[in-house]
Amino acid sequence: MTQTTPTPSASQTSEGAAARFLRATEIDTRLLGMVGALVLIWVGFDLYGEMFKNGGQFLTPRNLWNLSVQTASIGIMATGMVMVIVTRNIDLSVGSILGLCAIVMGEIQVNILPQYLGLGHPLIWIIAVLCGLTVGGLIGALHGFLVAYGRIPSFIVTLGGLLVWRGAAFLVARGETISPIDPTFQLLGGGPYGSVGATGSWIVGLIAVAAILWMLKSGRDRRRKHGFALRPMWAEYVLAALGCGLVIGAVLLVNAYPWPAGIVKAYAATHGITVPEGGLFISHGFAIPVLILIAVGILVTVLATRTRFGRYVFAMGGNPDAAELSGINTRLMTVKIFALMGVLAGLSAVVSSARLNSATNALGTLDELYVIASAVIGGTSLAGGIGTIYGAILGALVMQSLQTGMVLIGFDAAIQQVVVGGVLVLAVYLDILYRRKST
Amino acid sequence: MNAEPKTPLVEMRDISISFGGIKAVDHVTIDVHAGEVVGLLGHNGAGKSTLIKCLSGAYRADSGDIYINGQKVVIANPRDARAHNIETIYQTLALADNLDAASNLFLGRELVGAGGFLDDARMEAETRKIMARLNPNFRKFNVPVSALSGGQRQSVAIARAVYFDAKILIMDEPTAALGPHETQMVAELIQELKRQGLGIFLIDHDIHAVMKLCDRASVMKNGQLVGTVNVKDVTDDDILGMIILGKQPAKAQ
Ligand SMILES: Nc1ncnc2c1ncn2[C@@H]1O[C@H](COP(=O)(O)OP(=O)(O)O)[C@@H](O)[C@H]1O
Ligand SMILES: [Mg+2]
Repeated sequence: MTQTTPTPSASQTSEGAAARFLRATEIDTRLLGMVGALVLIWVGFDLYGEMFKNGGQFLTPRNLWNLSVQTASIGIMATGMVMVIVTRNIDLSVGSILGLCAIVMGEIQVNILPQYLGLGHPLIWIIAVLCGLTVGGLIGALHGFLVAYGRIPSFIVTLGGLLVWRGAAFLVARGETISPIDPTFQLLGGGPYGSVGATGSWIVGLIAVAAILWMLKSGRDRRRKHGFALRPMWAEYVLAALGCGLVIGAVLLVNAYPWPAGIVKAYAATHGITVPEGGLFISHGFAIPVLILIAVGILVTVLATRTRFGRYVFAMGGNPDAAELSGINTRLMTVKIFALMGVLAGLSAVVSSARLNSATNALGTLDELYVIASAVIGGTSLAGGIGTIYGAILGALVMQSLQTGMVLIGFDAAIQQVVVGGVLVLAVYLDILYRRKST
Repeated sequence: MNAEPKTPLVEMRDISISFGGIKAVDHVTIDVHAGEVVGLLGHNGAGKSTLIKCLSGAYRADSGDIYINGQKVVIANPRDARAHNIETIYQTLALADNLDAASNLFLGRELVGAGGFLDDARMEAETRKIMARLNPNFRKFNVPVSALSGGQRQSVAIARAVYFDAKILIMDEPTAALGPHETQMVAELIQELKRQGLGIFLIDHDIHAVMKLCDRASVMKNGQLVGTVNVKDVTDDDILGMIILGKQPAKAQ
């Protein structure tokens, strides 16, 4: 039980400025690595465009805005996948659940509800969304039940689910594509109307800035109250500046992407606005699916780190026996975790089908692989017990950046697959090296 | 103390459990009174851990009953055991390696603040308090317990068992990973808890420690109870004989 903690003075003299900065700000080096990879990918693609195409197309408000929307669906599911993988399970069925939920919501809002409520009734989108989330949650709960109480490995249960729910999606709609969907529902998929505009984005940004400052302040107060070590004041300011700077930068970025001229014209016509000579600059602002992703990311992070539920998830991953012996109902927990995953797949179905303005039974095909890859690239360990929500969302952004970038520079689908697959393996290998070094 | 006629704090009566044909515990009866330490001895594989896991809720006995203060109780899972104020230090420690000391100490019984959110700061503060008492050298509060030494891990497991006002304490080889100094601290802790009136089952391989700390000793061999003796009435060699030969010493029969 003897401790060999180095004395503070010894460690301070031996470590460099960078190490001291990281220790004082308590910034996770893994997070730093992922951000670094992301910057590398972004700048790399942009420079490639600059040199070999006509101008860099990657680092433009338009592309980055699109990137954010494309990341939403996978990112939403990746947050749930972290919880599943942390408990040493896997869910291969999320893409199929997404497909079925999309079809069910499509049927409800296009073929069923309009008969009773009338086309375009304001309740339609709400009922459809609730049904989609419920179907997803029930399917997930069924999977969790089979895993926990039937003792069937989750790999098998969800592999079966991958086939079953995709087939069910076909059967429900007889293989037809359902469209066009409810106009309000459509807003949840993004697009010019499905974005909150310049003012809305500033409001979101200011709320975020206030939240960051409040979190830093209350965190410091809590540490002081219990007499724990405090971060140096300059580190708090650096963190505040970084956080607020990122938020404001994001707002400026999404506000720099204007509506296309055609949409502006149509909008002006219906609202009786005259478009001035040089055109009218209407900002997109944050797309609604991106706000949904951010909200989900925050909620699931709170769930994972600030609640008993999350604590039990990690305990189950770290040592299932210990969790059980500590009185945790690990079976019920497993049901809840898979149900949560199902609800999130349903939410992704909302975003995906709304964005597509239609529901097809093929929607979400192969998504399970991208979702799992996002979580794993984001540092979730398949051995269980380790993973972060922000990591998974960043992982989704990395995957989507690669894909978008390759489309922009004209790689065809086959090369894209090769690259994405290779990156996944490389990322996990780097992660293993990182863990070996840090323990 | 077993001469007193009062009802035991815990009695495990006629407990049997087998795993695929192996009778790990075979019609064993043991008990402990409040303020008493009962040692549980026997070779590896004798069935000691399996027996006490029936009391801690980790296993369910195939047959036999458990009585607490003379009342028959059903302990179907670890939650039931905790509800009866039974705390256990498992031989395997049962720690979640990826969580820090405070999270392990409060696992399943987290302190929550406003809105039902975890109060990690208060849990850490409480952990610092109890560790200051049990293991003053302990400093590693903010790292996963996988980064701790065997002794440090053991002290986390001990802290978890004594923090929650146990009435019945099960200690399965609590000093296995400890050095002589720490072992001595655990011995003092056991004596203090005994004074506070806890009933303690202590599994330990060190016969001298058992002779020093325990009031009675129950010896098991091949899943069966060899016998229970008053420690005052027997010698080390008598107990060794029970463990090795599986025979009751003549004078204790
Ligand atoms: N979960 C289990 N499954 C199968 N056999 C077990 C299990 N737990 C214990 N046993 C067997 O029961 C016997 C008693 O083991 P144990 O109670 O650990 O002994 P002790 O703690 O006295 O060393 C051993 O033969 C062991 O192999
Ligand atoms: Mg044992």
